Amino acid sequence: MSKVVVITSGKGGVGKTTTSANVATGLAQEGFKTVAIDFDVGLRNLDLVMGCERRVVYDFVNVIRNEAKLQQTLIRDKRVEQLYVLPASQTRDKDALSAEGVGRVIDELKEMGFEYIICDSPAGIEKGAQMAMYFADEAIVVTNPEVSSVRDSDRVLGLLAAKTSRAELGGAPITTHLLLTRYSPMMVKRGEMLSVADVLELLGIPLLGVIPESKAVLQSSNKGAPAILDETTDVAQAYLDVVSRFLGQDRQHRFIEDEKRSFFGRLFG
Amino acid sequence: MSFFDYFRKRPKSATLAKDRLSIIVARERAGSRPGTGADYLPQLQQELLAVIARYEKIDLSNVTVSLDRHGGSEVLELNITLPESEPAPPRSPHRSFA
Repeated sequence: MSKVVVITSGKGGVGKTTTSANVATGLAQEGFKTVAIDFDVGLRNLDLVMGCERRVVYDFVNVIRNEAKLQQTLIRDKRVEQLYVLPASQTRDKDALSAEGVGRVIDELKEMGFEYIICDSPAGIEKGAQMAMYFADEAIVVTNPEVSSVRDSDRVLGLLAAKTSRAELGGAPITTHLLLTRYSPMMVKRGEMLSVADVLELLGIPLLGVIPESKAVLQSSNKGAPAILDETTDVAQAYLDVVSRFLGQDRQHRFIEDEKRSFFGRLFG
Repeated sequence: MSFFDYFRKRPKSATLAKDRLSIIVARERAGSRPGTGADYLPQLQQELLAVIARYEKIDLSNVTVSLDRHGGSEVLELNITLPESEPAPPRSPHRSFA
């Protein structure tokens, strides 16, 4: 049984690739055979964030065009068993992705026994983003507590409900999850940032998790090692919770309240 | 909340963000759903104008068409202001249909 999961948002820079890398790594750590596909043709970055950029030989578009076999294109992660990356092409354009071609590759991945197929969507709502969501069973909508990101997420939710294989074939609707990233409880407390409750009310989909604003995200992309691998950071803990919840386990939400602040911090915050 | 915040009266920016988003998100949802889209309104306005122009001399700015949402129902509002006519039989200078 395999599941296709799209990581999408509409707006760029909110944490789609970071989330794809961490969720894919977390699922593989749980023992599921997982592949993360980069759909950002022309601007590939998932390989860099996952630290396998020097091992890219062939890419997704090569496979779609039958210029390379899937087995020789998939990059096996050196740290986590059962984890693979399918890199995007850096030289072609978004039109290189066709529904027929993408569908064929996804079917082949399913035949190879992949249990989770994570589709890292490009920003925008053009072809690449449409193809990333087209075959999805579930969607993780990555949103920042910020006006343009929330608006774009709402737009993307509309597309998930209308422009996907499930919508067109009349299947069960895609299961959608909200992941709120770059969250700062301190700013929320001061009334300077939309709260979790605000965003939930506006978008009306269930909350998968909250990822706090943290230096650990930049540090992990500097290293090319997803944050979830270093369990000591708040971001790793948050993503571990996200993966557990995604797998149906009950985990209390964390990183929503501003916890560790001294009396003086409160007075002059 | 900081101690000094108690002296501030300005609305919090997060509240402004939420209010603005509630409006824009509701409007865009209404526009994106098939069948309920307001995308035919400009054309409707043009065609109405063409029909009315056969009987009265009016200009485009005197015809407004809008689609509003009140609870669960939608209201299509059509407002046509007819020009004052000089030699014509007596009638009120402005008639509007709503």
